[in-house]
Amino acid sequence: MWRSCLRLKDWGHCLRNQPPGGLAASVGPWPTRLSPARAYVPPTERKRFYQNVSITQGEGGFEINLDHRKLKTPQAKLFTVPSEALAIAVATEWDSQKDTIKLYTMHLTTLCNTALDNPTQRDKDQLIRAAVKFLDTDTICYRVEEPETLVELQKNEWDPVIEWAKKRFGIEVGSSTSIMGPSLPARTRKVLTSHLASYNTWALHGIEFLVTQLKSMLLALGLLDLHLTVEQAVLLSRLEEEYQIQKWGNIEWAHDYELQELRARTAAGTLFVHLCSESTTVKHKLLRE
Amino acid sequence: MGGGGVGNGVGRRRSPGCGKDRKMAALGSPSGTLRGLLRELRYLSAATGRPYRDTAAYRYLVKSFRAHRVTSEKLCRAQHELHFQASTYLCLLRSIREHVALHQEFHGMGERSVEESAGLVGLKLPSQPGGKGWEP
Repeated sequence: MWRSCLRLKDWGHCLRNQPPGGLAASVGPWPTRLSPARAYVPPTERKRFYQNVSITQGEGGFEINLDHRKLKTPQAKLFTVPSEALAIAVATEWDSQKDTIKLYTMHLTTLCNTALDNPTQRDKDQLIRAAVKFLDTDTICYRVEEPETLVELQKNEWDPVIEWAKKRFGIEVGSSTSIMGPSLPARTRKVLTSHLASYNTWALHGIEFLVTQLKSMLLALGLLDLHLTVEQAVLLSRLEEEYQIQKWGNIEWAHDYELQELRARTAAGTLFVHLCSESTTVKHKLLRE
Repeated sequence: MGGGGVGNGVGRRRSPGCGKDRKMAALGSPSGTLRGLLRELRYLSAATGRPYRDTAAYRYLVKSFRAHRVTSEKLCRAQHELHFQASTYLCLLRSIREHVALHQEFHGMGERSVEESAGLVGLKLPSQPGGKGWEP
């Protein structure tokens, strides 16, 4: 039995014999031979190879420099962002890597790479359609029937968000306990589609990311409208888990781990959308400087 | 995470006044947010060893907080937007730090070798003098 298990593990590695696409700071190539001691060796992490991170303004926008090298996306395009604040945040991410580069902590960089490269090759309409489609399976609209306390909790916490969305957009959204989900009138979809169309493509990548992380379109809209904070939105998204944690106890290495990761991704997505869609103008008053 | 438990969630805040007050209450005070951000920047700058006041992030944050303090109260929406973005960024930095710390503490060891896994249940791998057939 041991022999067959080891052989299966072997096959997995033989299939993965090409290194992943050339990210300027990607992790090293996969090991193509099994080392005898371990069946699985994690890929070697790229060491921090730069001392200074700086920002320069080019024609397309702001660029990040690692020492003297310009940062590039995984598809080898030049990494340019339209907003200075976003560039500073990305530079801070790169600057905060200690010894090894942990790409999984650099959420803003990943989002910018996705927006620049568009690896799934989706245009604005497809992104909007993907986000609005989530409304059919929105977490907030799906209620349980028992236990009683959880039903009560869902009503108290999620109903206000639905009410806010109804008032803000003038749409009809219901909640349901059946597996078929709530029935959404076509007007709701149209209103939300036109609302999302007012965002640019970069922001839409961020919005789609947010919706996928929170598993709810309405919560993402609440975040974008500054109606909910990130902590509140994450709490509402994980409402049932929090309920169970309160009842049965918290497991730090699983619950807290997932919570912090969800918070990080949601915060990154929200910040990304806001920074991509804002434009700052400074109006000087005549009486003061 | 969620200090008072789930009961103190969003729906329970019934403060009177305009909705903005309620939102501001959830965000905290701007000075608190700024203090938290500076603390996070201090932790991050431990990676390079350079003082955190040298970083572009510090300069930008201080500049924007100062600039928006001067605006009149009528433009409270812009102030609120900046505060929201700042507190979102604070949440981002904080949760990344905690996530990495949790990862180091609980998941940093990597995978056990086959020998160790067998040893967990009290088994030993068989030793074959000729070596196994498919190994190079």
